[in-house]
Amino acid sequence: MKLSRFNIVSLTLGFAFLYLPILILIVFSFNESRLVTVWGGFSTKWYGELFQDARFLDAAWVTFYVAFISSTVATVLGTMAAYTLVRGARFRGRTLFSGMIYAPLVMPEVITGLSLLLLFISLGLDRGGFTIILAHATFSMCYVSVVVSSRLVSFDRSLEEAALDLGATGWQAFRLVTLPIIAPAVAAGWLLAFTLSLDDLVIASFVSGPGATTLPMRIFSEVRLGVSPKINALSAILIGLVTLGVIVASLTTKRAATR
Amino acid sequence: MKRIVVWPPYIWLLVLFLLPFALVFKIALSDYAIAIPPYTPTFDIADPASWGATLRAFDFENFQWLLDDKLYYTAYMSSLRIAFISTVLALLIGYPMAYAMARAPQQWRGLLMMLVILPFWSSFLIRIYAWIGILSNEGFLNMVLGWVGIPPLSIMYTDTAVYIGIVYAYLPFMILPIFASLDRMDASLLEAAEDLGCTRMSAFWRITFRLSLPGILAGCFLVFIPVVGEYIVPDLLGGSNTLMIGKVLVEEFFNNRDWPVASAVAVVLLFILVIPIVLFQRAAERRQSASA
Amino acid sequence: MMTEDIFAPWADPSQTPLIRYANVTKKFGDFTAIDDVSLDIFPGEFFALLGPSGCGKTTLMRMLAGFETPTSGTISLGDQDMGTVPPNKRPVNMMFQSYALFPHLNVWDNIAFGLRRDGLPKDQVAARVEEMLRLVQLQKFAKRKPDAISGGQRQRVALARSLAKSPKVLLLDEPLGALDKKLRQETQFELVDIQEKTGTTFMIVTHDQEEAMTVSSRIAVMDEGVIKQIDTPSTLYEAPASRYVADFIGDVNLIPGDWRGDALHWAEGQAPLAVASDVAPGPAWLALRPEKIAIAKNKPQADNAVQGQVIDIAYLGNLSTYVVEIAGGQKVRAQATNARRLSRRDITWNDQVWLSWTATAGLVLTE
Repeated sequence: MKLSRFNIVSLTLGFAFLYLPILILIVFSFNESRLVTVWGGFSTKWYGELFQDARFLDAAWVTFYVAFISSTVATVLGTMAAYTLVRGARFRGRTLFSGMIYAPLVMPEVITGLSLLLLFISLGLDRGGFTIILAHATFSMCYVSVVVSSRLVSFDRSLEEAALDLGATGWQAFRLVTLPIIAPAVAAGWLLAFTLSLDDLVIASFVSGPGATTLPMRIFSEVRLGVSPKINALSAILIGLVTLGVIVASLTTKRAATR
Repeated sequence: MKRIVVWPPYIWLLVLFLLPFALVFKIALSDYAIAIPPYTPTFDIADPASWGATLRAFDFENFQWLLDDKLYYTAYMSSLRIAFISTVLALLIGYPMAYAMARAPQQWRGLLMMLVILPFWSSFLIRIYAWIGILSNEGFLNMVLGWVGIPPLSIMYTDTAVYIGIVYAYLPFMILPIFASLDRMDASLLEAAEDLGCTRMSAFWRITFRLSLPGILAGCFLVFIPVVGEYIVPDLLGGSNTLMIGKVLVEEFFNNRDWPVASAVAVVLLFILVIPIVLFQRAAERRQSASA
Repeated sequence: MMTEDIFAPWADPSQTPLIRYANVTKKFGDFTAIDDVSLDIFPGEFFALLGPSGCGKTTLMRMLAGFETPTSGTISLGDQDMGTVPPNKRPVNMMFQSYALFPHLNVWDNIAFGLRRDGLPKDQVAARVEEMLRLVQLQKFAKRKPDAISGGQRQRVALARSLAKSPKVLLLDEPLGALDKKLRQETQFELVDIQEKTGTTFMIVTHDQEEAMTVSSRIAVMDEGVIKQIDTPSTLYEAPASRYVADFIGDVNLIPGDWRGDALHWAEGQAPLAVASDVAPGPAWLALRPEKIAIAKNKPQADNAVQGQVIDIAYLGNLSTYVVEIAGGQKVRAQATNARRLSRRDITWNDQVWLSWTATAGLVLTE
């Protein structure tokens, strides 16, 4: 099916719109001069400055371990939630449960952030990395649930029944048959949760505390003051990592599919 | 096993999602205080005797405040307006892209999807930041316009910049659901339509468009609802004239330290959004069970 | 294949059934899928549940496997009431319609799955798996994954897997549906072979009456949640108890009329049809199989002879089926083998012919 001219034009314009800003960002991270309008020559000095800036390195560390832990927790909880929603037909409180799973997907972050902060205060929890992890796990779990649900829905039930028929307990059937087969979806969910956590600014701003500044928070405080080539450099690195990750992921899924 | 599996996520969400809303509502009924935390009265769970007094101290003062000051009303309206227009713009740009992707040869579709997802996976903040460098008065856009001899545009800190930023950031959320429902569509339906006498245009509107409506609806929900409460874009790209309720809430909370009013703002925002959120949840569940 | 004079435990009062459904009813909400069904199945049988889609046969089988529980009534295996026993604890194994082979495990591991759940030592598991592979002749494919073997081979893996634990009962859910005709026929014989070899009791669910007839010792014909008749294939064919069964199994002509005890008065001005039957007089149908009807140009000497016009002929190579219209507009099918190669068929369209049959060829049915 060849594409009509109209389609090719829409795609080209659309992708240009999506990618030009990113390209400009990356190009100017190598700009010797600080200004966008003046090209001062090619330079990697901003990258150097970035890696020497302790605040950024600390923020990167916090961001990373928060993302790792929260996405793992979110994946476990989200998979359980998906299993319940897809397999458990009607149970009391299902509507409420379903609502709580879908609502965070669209809930404005300012509301989620504010409400969680109030919760942590009334529970007397010290705000910091731990509270950010709790917050991120909460909204990420819903995304994981959606990803895993859509895989479970098309999962052949008779495979589970066959496992039971052959003597497996419910848990064994899940562990030995279902889980290995839906593993790609679970992994995709984990990755999604990881990215969401990595990227979150608003909620982290509300619920974090002293000593737990995340990378987005650090970036935000810098960019409010205007363009900073160090941020360009950081952006270029992050985008590079993400691109690498996406390419690796799609290559591995492609190879797994053809095997 | 099904019975046990539901408890951990259920309890987690009850405590970390639902309960906080109750707290927001409670704080919205409290008074501002110069204290830590900056509100009174604080519930002393340990002392039941104080509960009565605490309850009596609750009032709707903060909500009255919201009604009295025109700022809030304007901010809510402006947020709804901006969200609505952004959603329409995203749809106008996103639909043709999703359509083109769905019509592309099979082996390209994966690559195209990846190209759409890539910006989505890279940082929201960074993508908005990119526009600062482009739209500011001494930014990239004006530099390019200067080469062609067009006078510089003062887009930064206006509503236009906010629209650009929002559409840019939320475009993948619109494209992906539409692409998913178009991709799922059986191509032979169009052939059947043309066989029965439809023109290309008519076949598109009657069949393709109609069948992609669930995707369109999902995309619109995924853009509209969060954008109403959007904070980052209006803060970085918008000016003091760009009133969005998310920004107002954050300012009340962090700058004015007026938690009760911020909470009242959140409660009202939630009430405004409750219907779209419920509709979204129903549509999502229906689609889930339909594809079963 | 079972011949009834050698194997008929259902007729032997000293035999106890292996499976007993006692007044089993299953409702899904308002819909009654199984309505008060009682059924005994004896050890060593190859028992078929036969019926159209939606008649409840699969539900009945799944209740034995443990995937559905009866709304009322009991199901017992041996002497044990299976009521609360979960599927993984029943000595019953099932071969699924879609085969349900675990896609992430190879053939060997698929067959070994059930054995490993029992915690058997590794060498015992290996020995049994090898035995099963030999039984279905798939030794060379042991290390392959399900997507790398053919449909027929997948079916045999599913069979091997379900027999590996030597269950008391093997349930087969439309096992041959996905196979083409030739493979289906071969597999039918293989299944009977394996059943005799292992001595397992088989219960098969199918909508294909030819299949049921080929493999089973007895067939239960079902319709809308009820069992219409349970009998051996030959009894069902030659002595159906109702029009439904007569029509479901094979082809049948049903001529309605007034049964007077010795003859069926079926049309004005036509000789009544003689049937040897002790059914009480009343309105009834004559059930007559097409192959029992002879067709000729001239009126033959016979207990029953009816005139009619040939309106259609279906030539099937070995047989020809003639559709003949008789008095009253009724259409009767008569079947004759094409015994002579290249003979000029002396009967063709629009011919006036005589259909004839004996008094014992047909049955009187009141249901």
